[in-house]
Amino acid sequence: MFMFLSANKIKKRKTIMKILVPVKRVIDYNVKVRVKPDQSGVELANVKMAMNPFDEIAVEQALRIKEAGQADEIILVSVGPTQSQETIRTGLAMGADRGIHIEADQETEPLSVAKCLKAVVDKEQPGLVLCGKQAIDDDSNQTGQMLSALLGWAQATFASGVELAGDNAAIIREVDGGLEHISVKMPAVITVDLRLNEPRYASLPNIMKAKKKPIDQMSAADLGVDTTPRLTTVKVEEPAARQAGIKVGSVSELVDKLKNEAKVI
Amino acid sequence: MSILVIADHNNETILPATLNAVAAAGEIGGDISVLIAGSGCDAAANAAAEIAGVSTVLVADADEYTYGLAENVAPLISGIASNYSHILAPATTYGKNIMPRVAALIDTVQISDIIKVVDVATFQRPIYAGNALATVSSNEAVKIITVRSTAFEPAAASGGTAKIEAVPVTGEAGLSRFEKSELSKSERPELTSAGIVVSGGRGMQDGANFVMLEKVADKLGAAVGASRAAVDAGFVPNDYQVGQTGKVVAPDLYMAVGISGAIQHLAGMKDSKVIVAINKDDEAPIFQVADYGLVADLFDAVPELDKELG
Repeated sequence: MFMFLSANKIKKRKTIMKILVPVKRVIDYNVKVRVKPDQSGVELANVKMAMNPFDEIAVEQALRIKEAGQADEIILVSVGPTQSQETIRTGLAMGADRGIHIEADQETEPLSVAKCLKAVVDKEQPGLVLCGKQAIDDDSNQTGQMLSALLGWAQATFASGVELAGDNAAIIREVDGGLEHISVKMPAVITVDLRLNEPRYASLPNIMKAKKKPIDQMSAADLGVDTTPRLTTVKVEEPAARQAGIKVGSVSELVDKLKNEAKVI
Repeated sequence: MSILVIADHNNETILPATLNAVAAAGEIGGDISVLIAGSGCDAAANAAAEIAGVSTVLVADADEYTYGLAENVAPLISGIASNYSHILAPATTYGKNIMPRVAALIDTVQISDIIKVVDVATFQRPIYAGNALATVSSNEAVKIITVRSTAFEPAAASGGTAKIEAVPVTGEAGLSRFEKSELSKSERPELTSAGIVVSGGRGMQDGANFVMLEKVADKLGAAVGASRAAVDAGFVPNDYQVGQTGKVVAPDLYMAVGISGAIQHLAGMKDSKVIVAINKDDEAPIFQVADYGLVADLFDAVPELDKELG
């Protein structure tokens, strides 16, 4: 029965475009991170984890593109420990179609993640890769640009506007001085910024449906990628705490302090 | 050591963050070159030649570099990368866009957003929005680095006498095209290099109310910033945003008005020398980092402040 259905589907459906969305499992943005006493890293045990917020925006954008009839399949990829499958499920519950989990035990660097993603792109041949502009754990802001370089594709980073039109995409980028409009040739890697959209919440029926959606599993080694870190973390420490300040009683007292005590105005 | 600094510029002038990147290069120590990739960029190249500590300015002058598109500029840099031990760029949107592409082209890992040079191979960088600081060490033959400008005092913009050399251009990749920019025009100092920043948050209630802050800012010669909440609410444009995902500032004086102090915002301003918070909620987390806190309704306090400043 299942085989019959899928064979039928393949015959009927003409693929418009696949979208690949890499998603990362990170400490929930509401959690205050703590440095381990031995300074080897940040405490991850028993800490609430969630999908990187920028990646949620990327998933949402992919869903909107599919809903507009410009794509027909959204594939989520996560490189990380086994629990990364929960992050993929979160995206499947939002509406993505299937997942690929690439198992990697240790912390992965953006370059090796980009190499894993390139291998997936070579296999799946998506017309678009939508990523978050950075992950809120290591704040590297590298993976999308690196993937784009490895593929020899166009890159559109920090997007707050995405319009697909045939072989091109019109992108509005958030840059230091304001906004920049560019046009990129498809296929492309687009990294998304905060104001692109407001990600949806998964509905209960969709959460149930997501449990049945397939997640392929493989290892980085299966893809021929060595994820051994190339940087050595010497130590991770807490930043110096600021000295507690004082409350002033009035605007004139504030101005007096700024002039005569802090001497900054 | 032989260090290449990628200049962020607009063909006419060198953007200030470039000077901070040169300063970081100076802390690594060695021969410092600056690359100007642009078109009709003689003025920028001449300005770069005057930066103290720079020995050589490399100029790639061609149409394909006019707008700094990553697909065109990255191959230029990767093509000359093997001449250098380190390649640095300011962590501006220009540097953040281009450098990972360069790194991947030469199969090298990148170290983003450094705030300290420990030694030639070891650097400190913030992670988790600055809630932790990681010290990392790299064995890569060419170290690809972006520099957080607020963490390094700028190199002097004058006094240098670098030689200017042309480098071969690498052509149009044909992958992307610049259409237009909508840059905010402001008479005020630039947010990331201003000595004083006055920022408003959700408490401002409306974009029109930012006029109050602008008046105070103009009396202080300050830049005007905003929290993510204020930008998301549409009070002010995105380039006003101070925070983890906006701009990182570290002025002598930072005034947070009607800003509660989400971690996201604190990440962008907590290295300011003096922080002032004006908020009517005395429980607001911003008071935990403020040197001077004033619990007051900003709609009373800001006009009063304006008056006090004469």
